[in-house]
Amino acid sequence: MSTTARYWRLFRVQVRSSVLLGLQYRADFVLDGVVSLFWTLTALVPLFTVFHLRQTVAGWTFEEALLVTGWFTLLEAILEGAINPSLTAVVEHIRKGTLDFVLLKPADAQFLVSTARFEPWRSTNVITALVLWVYAFVRMGRLPSPSGTLAALLLLVVATSVLYSLWILTVSAAFYVVKIDNLTNLFNSIFDAARWPVQVFRGLMRWIFTFIIPLALMTTFPAQAMLGRLPLPALAWSLVGAAVFAWLSRRVWLSSIARYTSASS
Amino acid sequence: MSLRSTVRALPTLFRVGFAEMVAYRAEMLVWVLATTMPLIMLALWSAVAHDAPVGRFDQQDFVAYFLATFIVRQLTGAWVAWQLSFEVRTGTLAMRLLRPLHPMVSYAVENLAAIPLRLVVALPVAVLALILTGSERLPRDPLLWTIFLVSLLGGWLITFLANAAIGTLALWTGSSVKLMDVWLALYMVFSGYLIPVELFPPLIRGAIEVLPFRYQIGFPVEILTRGLDRGAALRLLLGQWIWVGLFVLGVRALWRKGLQRFAAYGG
Repeated sequence: MSTTARYWRLFRVQVRSSVLLGLQYRADFVLDGVVSLFWTLTALVPLFTVFHLRQTVAGWTFEEALLVTGWFTLLEAILEGAINPSLTAVVEHIRKGTLDFVLLKPADAQFLVSTARFEPWRSTNVITALVLWVYAFVRMGRLPSPSGTLAALLLLVVATSVLYSLWILTVSAAFYVVKIDNLTNLFNSIFDAARWPVQVFRGLMRWIFTFIIPLALMTTFPAQAMLGRLPLPALAWSLVGAAVFAWLSRRVWLSSIARYTSASS
Repeated sequence: MSLRSTVRALPTLFRVGFAEMVAYRAEMLVWVLATTMPLIMLALWSAVAHDAPVGRFDQQDFVAYFLATFIVRQLTGAWVAWQLSFEVRTGTLAMRLLRPLHPMVSYAVENLAAIPLRLVVALPVAVLALILTGSERLPRDPLLWTIFLVSLLGGWLITFLANAAIGTLALWTGSSVKLMDVWLALYMVFSGYLIPVELFPPLIRGAIEVLPFRYQIGFPVEILTRGLDRGAALRLLLGQWIWVGLFVLGVRALWRKGLQRFAAYGG
């Protein structure tokens, strides 16, 4: 059996066990859905207030900014449903020293820990994102540009990969500082900036959000692509950037795991 | 647990809490760094005010406002809801109940013990705010400064008591962290943390007047940056302390009823 086929099968097994686990806590599903819907709605209040006072902000109209919010909501759903749960589990493994059991298995450790837990039912926000986009385009009275939508889908893959790489980098820090639940908090609070078009930020902050923590390509670029306004070089550079990030996070993960001492087990 | 023995225990409790904070200083620093929200909102509102002021706010006013928000948030922090929820679930609340001291007092002192270290972070921000925006926005009236200090205490009390009330609900539900998330979302939006209260549309502003959130952050910040006059400040102070009173009564009632249900699972 080829390696790819083997990993594909492993992936399906992991997803199935996650789903079975999740089905045990059905009440949590409803509660989580309600709470995250509530968060999304309250998070719209600043948007409404700002555009109640102004027609455009940093060159963005209300409807266009709503698209960015939609992308933010979608990525948040991916983060909470597919990325956060697994990686929170790794941190717990590192702290308790139980990562040994993962490392002993005859498969790539990063693959195993990254696919350990999915919580698809936490992703009710995917629907919210779709509603936001439809509402925005109906208000604009137009359709998203077809080629732009293709580019946006491509950027969705890119953004997910960058988000995942950033997460791997954060988790790698757990090998050094051990206690990390507040590092995830730091990560989330920085990610919050992606709620707004990157043009809102000026100077150093915009530079950081474009190149160091590329929030721009996660939410602003896809929204621009949908509007048919994304320059082609930006798309190309996003792909390059994502590849660099993926490579970097893999290197850092490998060198961090080499430091793992299985403390306290 | 007489009042006298409680008061005598306070300095020691505070020292223990402070030592704990110093021991986990790196962790606390990350918590502080995670308070990036005022900076994000500052960038957003500066962009909004780029061409013309919003209401009475120009870009400088927003800098002053959001840096003050950062400082007030640091000084009015509390996290009892998570503590209580955790200790109820793991049964470790039993240890607290054994001590000859009301658990709420020990929680309060632990949370207050973080303030000196947070002050170390807040002071440079205050200096920065003064350098960037000058001192003409600060109130001149000593009475207003007194009200500001009292309002900080009131803001902290509301944060602490709301946390305690929601944490106590864990005695019924096992965990109340989700409910705390809902509270937090409302707090973020309606406290003046993201949007200065004056900039809300009139309808929402009416609701904010009667909600407790503004008294946690917005009110102290407004005294610092806007020069509320004495009358308005005193009226808001009264509102704030009515909320403090309501929360004290609420927490007392919840705690008495809830504690009877405590079974110390796994303790």
